[in-house]
Amino acid sequence: MVPLNWYIALSAAVFCIGVAGVLSRRNIIIIFLSIELILNSVNILLVAYSHFLNSMRGQVFVFFIMAVAAAEAAIGLAIIIALYRNKETVLTDEINLMKW
Amino acid sequence: MPSFSMDNMVSILPEMIVLSLALAVLMFDLALPKDEKRYLAYFSVAGLAIAGYQTMNLAGLQLDTFYGMFVLDGYAIFFKVLFYIAAAIAILISIGYVKGQEMDKGEYYALILFATAGMMVMASGADLISIYLGLELMALSVYILAGFMRGSMKSNEAALKYFLLGAFSSGILLYGIAIIYGVTGTTNLAGIAAFIQSGQYSGPALTLAMILLVAGFGFKVAAVPFHMWVPDVYEGAPTSVTAFMSVGPKAAGFAAFLRVFTTALPGIQPDWTVIIASLAIMSMLIGNVVAISQTNIKRMLAYSSIAHAGYAMVGFVSGGMQGVSSVMMYLFIYMFMNLGAFGMVVMLRKDGVAGEELKDFAGLAKKNRTAALLMMVFMFSLAGIPPTAGFMGKFYVFMAAIDAGFTWLAIIGVMMSAVSAYFYLRVIMYMYMKEPEGEFELAAPLSLKLAMAVAVLGVLYIGMAPAGLIDFARISIAGMM
Repeated sequence: MVPLNWYIALSAAVFCIGVAGVLSRRNIIIIFLSIELILNSVNILLVAYSHFLNSMRGQVFVFFIMAVAAAEAAIGLAIIIALYRNKETVLTDEINLMKW
Repeated sequence: MPSFSMDNMVSILPEMIVLSLALAVLMFDLALPKDEKRYLAYFSVAGLAIAGYQTMNLAGLQLDTFYGMFVLDGYAIFFKVLFYIAAAIAILISIGYVKGQEMDKGEYYALILFATAGMMVMASGADLISIYLGLELMALSVYILAGFMRGSMKSNEAALKYFLLGAFSSGILLYGIAIIYGVTGTTNLAGIAAFIQSGQYSGPALTLAMILLVAGFGFKVAAVPFHMWVPDVYEGAPTSVTAFMSVGPKAAGFAAFLRVFTTALPGIQPDWTVIIASLAIMSMLIGNVVAISQTNIKRMLAYSSIAHAGYAMVGFVSGGMQGVSSVMMYLFIYMFMNLGAFGMVVMLRKDGVAGEELKDFAGLAKKNRTAALLMMVFMFSLAGIPPTAGFMGKFYVFMAAIDAGFTWLAIIGVMMSAVSAYFYLRVIMYMYMKEPEGEFELAAPLSLKLAMAVAVLGVLYIGMAPAGLIDFARISIAGMM
């Protein structure tokens, strides 16, 4: 039996990798992948808690998160493609029309 | 635990109406020829009026349905009414604008209605799961709306920035929800409050989760330091969408923010009061000071919207019945004045000229008295000058802060409003004291005039007779506090 702390550590590690990816990468696709990593770290955490708390709520929530993540992926990729058609780039530092 | 019954159907009636309206718009879109899409807008506004009527019929009910996931109470009804008015005014503003921008598609109105449905779920959610779902329904619809001008690079860029940062922030919000679930064993707001009250846990995890929730909701309401997306997205998105985005999602964010923190986390109130107070100060400070240097009026209104989130948070920090009702009032008033201001920006759009720069307003008063007068009322209201509604909103927020012992916070707020007068009055100065640079041809179809009339009447009426709105807000939360 794997203790709960290991799951929490795994989830925290994946979450940190995701956050680091969002903050440091320039490629939009990689940033988007990092956001998916964050969502998956949440899923790991919810399923682990759900198991150790003997409550189904967490697992139900995971299904909702997966459904929302799928919709989010569809919309996100659509936005990226719309942008790519106007300006052929996926690098954040070239998308700089507006700056303060 | 409440069982599944007919009450469930009654409580989601408003959401059902708005969702079926959105689906009906999508279907009628197929039947309408390409240049007749404005009928969809009229249809949506009529549908929203029906939804509003039905919602008011439900006033006074206190339903706790879907196993504690969804409540219909006065608080939810107050915000639903706010969302209907915001969506209806935004749609009326859009009709002429979308035609000129080649984004005259039926989906535009359907997406506004879907976003409205999401906001309504957020206001009614009594469980972190349902609040998250409402939030995503709203956010996903608005991401698309922000990028609706597909040929415009600016619009693409706005949608992309909004999407990436929005998805990132909802990931952070989710992590906070997961930690709360792990600590308390439930996602139900009342259940979380009961667990914290019982004192079984007193570690740092709850505080960490609370901070993550503040980050997630702070992004939605555009509070500093989670505001970096606001100016770019507000500037790049189509103006009619910006108008909607600056009031709807912000009010919905506050609705969920307030409900989660006042019903689920009152047990750690001292902790979050400090954090939200500092967020309020930073928002008022940075929003107002940076707005001074803006020359693009949409960008200026974006920073002003950050500052207004700060004012609303002052009421939030004050807490209690007075604080919460002052925030609700503030958001209601903010809706009228901000939609009005963005409506004027839409009106200024001429062929080839965006009408988004401050200098485009130069000499407006000489060419069109009415338009200049309306813009002046909205600017006075945003600055908080009586007898407009903006003054009343700020008055009640700061009074709540003083009564709750946050006098210093109210002082900072008042000082920052004085700073804000500089850039709001500058617009009036441009309109009345400068010579016009070119010809003005205002794009003002009847629908836009109607929307502006509603907005200005709302601003002036609430400014002179605020008692009705105060009573509405206080009665609404009587059951919650």
